[in-house]
Amino acid sequence: MRHDHLLSAKQLSRGDIEALLDRAAEIAADPGAVAGAHADTLLALCFFEPSTRTKMSFDAAMKRLGGDTVDMGGVESSSVSKGESLADTVRVVEGYADALVLRHPSEGAAKLASEFADLPVINAGDGAGQHPTQTLLDLYTIRENAGLEDLTIGIMGDLKYGRTVHSLAHALTNFEANQHFVSPESLRLPRGVRYDLHEAGANVREHTEVGDVLGSLDVLYVTRIQRERFPDENEYRQVAGEYRIDAALLEAARDDLTVMHPLPRVDEIAADVDETDHATYFEQAHNGVPVRMALLDSLL
Amino acid sequence: MTDTELRVSKIEDGTVIDHIAAGQALNVLAILGIDGTSGEGVSVGMNVPSNRLGRKDIVKVEGRELSQNEVDVLSLIAPAATINIVRDFDVVEKHRVSRPETVVGILSCPNANCISTANEPVESRFDVLDDGVRCAYCDTIIRESLAAHISVA
Ligand SMILES: [Zn+2]
Repeated sequence: MRHDHLLSAKQLSRGDIEALLDRAAEIAADPGAVAGAHADTLLALCFFEPSTRTKMSFDAAMKRLGGDTVDMGGVESSSVSKGESLADTVRVVEGYADALVLRHPSEGAAKLASEFADLPVINAGDGAGQHPTQTLLDLYTIRENAGLEDLTIGIMGDLKYGRTVHSLAHALTNFEANQHFVSPESLRLPRGVRYDLHEAGANVREHTEVGDVLGSLDVLYVTRIQRERFPDENEYRQVAGEYRIDAALLEAARDDLTVMHPLPRVDEIAADVDETDHATYFEQAHNGVPVRMALLDSLL
Repeated sequence: MTDTELRVSKIEDGTVIDHIAAGQALNVLAILGIDGTSGEGVSVGMNVPSNRLGRKDIVKVEGRELSQNEVDVLSLIAPAATINIVRDFDVVEKHRVSRPETVVGILSCPNANCISTANEPVESRFDVLDDGVRCAYCDTIIRESLAAHISVA
């Protein structure tokens, strides 16, 4: 890869993505081949927001490459609670490790960290901004299940604040995917993302009802609509109910539809979907380890 | 002094910013960080009749020659502005403002969740688009009422 940092999916070219996914596939097929590839490498995990999946999968990926991790721990117990700036935190952590994985509640946090830290920074989610490593594992999962050529995908749920959506939508412009965005009016793609998609030549098609496009989709990517995005509990319940997928609804979909979700889900995908051939979200989560191994292998 | 004399009164040395969109003179001064505290003479004409603009604002700053970099950011709120550098009562340079590629430290990001608005040792940074500006940290785009986002005192 041409970059020392991975801050945004926008910096990934089609070539970068394909090389990483190819490498991830090699690693998945034969993890033993890279078992000691990065012995003595130490990866700092700085999670300013709770996370289980992303943090554990980076931890597992680094250790499977023969390296180790140091974990900042929870924000409550750290110097952050004493008011330390992110810029100071990363300048301290750079002395402890060879690369830094950052999850932070503010948009632009990873970019700021990269301006102060003299080590590779990997954005593991910055507020409602970007989540490029999730995108890599999403793309890997799509490639394995539906293929990235001539892809028609529906992206549904919270498109405004959903960082996995922002990263994925941009990355998919490299493959000229047909993207349909399905959300309530109040949670449509933000202006900045829309601008980038247009600049990348994408045709942004927006819908309020998944039924309008369901039958044409190769992949349906579902995201969680969070309660805190709505001032009013009733409004939240009504909207959340309309953007819920279950097995009965999927009767109208193609048999080979792949249903994905970045997890955790609450109830936007009913448990009865888990039993169908559409359900791909657990496989998707498992792909996080080989994909992050490939990424770390290329950055370090 | 009559109104006319105030409007046309010449400065000996300094910068005259002419053809400012009517109503933007104080924003021009804010962007330039000129508040009179450093002692320079500043005169401001607002809603002055103009052939080109109908009404315009005009700002004269004595004893200070503004550089192209300093004035280019004015293009965001006063794209028709002209810059006249005056020495010994004569205009020795006259140029237009052109759109800069980035604007550092002048605007404040309207996204309260943006890291640039947190307590971090960085200045705000915006990339200039054909239509508006965009925060380099959080990608928020500002298209309308840029002047409302000026953060300099
Ligand atoms: Zn911002």
